[in-house]
Amino acid sequence: MERSMAYERDLNLKATELRLGLPGSDEPEKPSTTPSVRSNKRASPEISEESRSKGSSCVSSKVESGERDSAPPAKEQVVGWPPIRSYRKNCLRAKKNDQVDGAGMYVKVSVDGAPYLRKIDLKVYKSYPELLETLENMFKLTIGEYSEKEGYNGSDFAPTYEDKDGDWMLVGDVPWDMFISSCKRLRIMKGSEARGLSC
Amino acid sequence: MSEDDDRSPPSDSIANGSCPTRTCTPGSGSGSGSSSIPEYAAPYPDRVLENVFRKRSLVLNLTSWYRVEAMTRSDLFIGNCYAVSPERATSRFTRVRSVTLKGKPRFADFNLMPPNWGAHFAPWVSATAKAYPWLEKIHLKRMSVTDDDLDLLAESFSGFKELVLVCCDGFGTSGLAAVASKCRQLKVLDLIESEVSDDEVDWIMCFPDTETCLESLIFDCVECLVDFDALERLVARSPSLKKLRLNRFVSIGQLYRLMVRAPQLTHLGTGSFSPSEDVAQGELELDYVSAFAACKSLVCLSGFREIVPDCLPAIYPVCANLTSLNFSYANISAEQLKPIISNCHKLQTFWVLDSICDEGLQAVATTCKELRELRVFPFDPREDIEGPVSEVGLQAISEGCRKLQSILYFCQRMTNAAVIAMSKNCPDLVVFRLCIMGRHRPDHVTGEPMDEGFGAIVMNCKKLTRLAVSGLLTDTAFAYIGKYGKIVRTLSVAFAGDSDMGLKYVLEGCPRLQKLEIRDSPFGDTALLSGLHHYYNMRFLWMSACRLSHQGCQQIAQALPHLVVEVIKHEDVVHMDDYADTLYMYRSLAGRRHDVPQFVSIL
Repeated sequence: MERSMAYERDLNLKATELRLGLPGSDEPEKPSTTPSVRSNKRASPEISEESRSKGSSCVSSKVESGERDSAPPAKEQVVGWPPIRSYRKNCLRAKKNDQVDGAGMYVKVSVDGAPYLRKIDLKVYKSYPELLETLENMFKLTIGEYSEKEGYNGSDFAPTYEDKDGDWMLVGDVPWDMFISSCKRLRIMKGSEARGLSC
Repeated sequence: MSEDDDRSPPSDSIANGSCPTRTCTPGSGSGSGSSSIPEYAAPYPDRVLENVFRKRSLVLNLTSWYRVEAMTRSDLFIGNCYAVSPERATSRFTRVRSVTLKGKPRFADFNLMPPNWGAHFAPWVSATAKAYPWLEKIHLKRMSVTDDDLDLLAESFSGFKELVLVCCDGFGTSGLAAVASKCRQLKVLDLIESEVSDDEVDWIMCFPDTETCLESLIFDCVECLVDFDALERLVARSPSLKKLRLNRFVSIGQLYRLMVRAPQLTHLGTGSFSPSEDVAQGELELDYVSAFAACKSLVCLSGFREIVPDCLPAIYPVCANLTSLNFSYANISAEQLKPIISNCHKLQTFWVLDSICDEGLQAVATTCKELRELRVFPFDPREDIEGPVSEVGLQAISEGCRKLQSILYFCQRMTNAAVIAMSKNCPDLVVFRLCIMGRHRPDHVTGEPMDEGFGAIVMNCKKLTRLAVSGLLTDTAFAYIGKYGKIVRTLSVAFAGDSDMGLKYVLEGCPRLQKLEIRDSPFGDTALLSGLHHYYNMRFLWMSACRLSHQGCQQIAQALPHLVVEVIKHEDVVHMDDYADTLYMYRSLAGRRHDVPQFVSIL
């Protein structure tokens, strides 16, 4: 029970993560599954000594990602999980490669100063005005008017996004289709940083 | 559609519940040595015979082997091809017209078993070729079949009528060509989820030029081009054809031509359901709606491998009659689904991708009141992504589809509340398979383990025989299964449980358990030994990446001589001490098999 509570605490921390760091300084996303440390923590009296010492040698490299003490930086694929047959996986993988957007394009949205992030499905929107209006409603703020020369005028907030190359870009510069195919996450910057962008 | 369709006849139950064969000593689970070997007797042979007559098929089981007289049973069903040798089976049962064989365990589908493990069809085809020249039907699942095997089959059985290969591999189009050309009475050639290599032989052209007896031709899994003209001519000269499932190399225009030739079809797999790349063919101008409307007997629709959503309205005329619809390769949205599904009032089986989202599932729940089986597959089967379906969809289905019997549901997040709701709303559930794709994910609203949800399923669904669990689960979940899952026959466990107690609960509590597959769960030797009283009643036990040692497995092997205990070594697994990465054990009259590959040790 202790272990599962510890896990729950971990989860809550993630959900309420404060993001005050500069773009690009974020740690890589940790895998959402608990690195299984059951082999160490388990000390149930009913389990015989011999099977403990042997059993804890769970070093099958196939399941290393789930079984190590330290979380690997990137999520390793575990063999055969989720349990989908290769034939089906291959058929659908081909489809994903064909399509840029697939089924649903959820990206995280953060706002400087807000205690937690939100997620939105970019596929739902057809244009920048729609997206920006939604963001304004979601976070109860005003973003202002976009202009190519000056960025976002008339407010303290500027919507930015991280693209496929890891660069932070101002929302609105590129055509909508290009935007949704390259946008990985959104961040609404506030204050002096935001004003800096519009100069 | 029989993807992983576990419709093995309930005659399996002869081996345990209905036949009181065990007289095990209490506490035999923890001991080793001869005192704990269960006495295996068959005190009520008449009851066994009765069951056999009722089920109209032969089941090989240890107890009745020497009691059952040779009867004029025509169907031989062998749930594990290594449970008995082909020679013994064919000499014992002499009047067989149909053989069903199952080979590899299901987890082999997910690359958990190295290739070339076994389950070869070869010894079976040669034994049956000698013993049953009048054989008409062969149904194989997860077997390795070669072209030579298929050739021998085609040569040996002059009246051969039905070949069904599910999840098989090892053969190619040249094997199919042999069957097509030599089996003149062939009615059924069904290739389902099988891997077929492209030998560049046009097997469709190998069917005889005359009228055929074909009733069913299923080749949607065959990943190679077929000569379309030959296919069209074949369909034209197969007046009895009722089931036709095309592969993805058949375009929608070609489909049209075939449908026009075969309006009598009841089952149709539509192939790609998109125009061919050669746009000049004018495929978009064809009157697909009329073609579908002409198929008045169509009840089962599948395919849609590369669907162009604009083409979807063509199927409107048949929706009202459909009892089975497979959209599981079609990446369609809720909006695209709704106009279709809102007409499918008679639908009983529905397979779909999660691209339809919770909203799509709500639409299904609104209309499909007769739904018996639902499968929701993930478009993107990764672990850490936001998923389009959730507890919302499951709840909606439970409220709308009260007659549900079987569900397979892949999702990224789930709640106990929704699972509990389903357990109460759908009392007819026989199969409940929930796959929360993130390992160890708890209830995403409460943060609790998923114990209560699965507990409610085993508690409330009194007809439940098959269960697959997932998400964060403690030993409590297994306590529930052991306490309430009294008729569970198949249980699938992955990344679950806290300790040996979990497995013990199940082995001690579930008397009907036949097939148990476990991966990546912290169950060790003590737990394994607690099942000694039961293993002879099971078809198999699979445990991979758990906490077993060679020594523990050895103890089982010594205690139960009629069990074949295989320890499988994987190349990329580092072995420390005595660790046994993969255990696969099964009862057998045949003893250790003779085709053991190098990476398998039989203890």
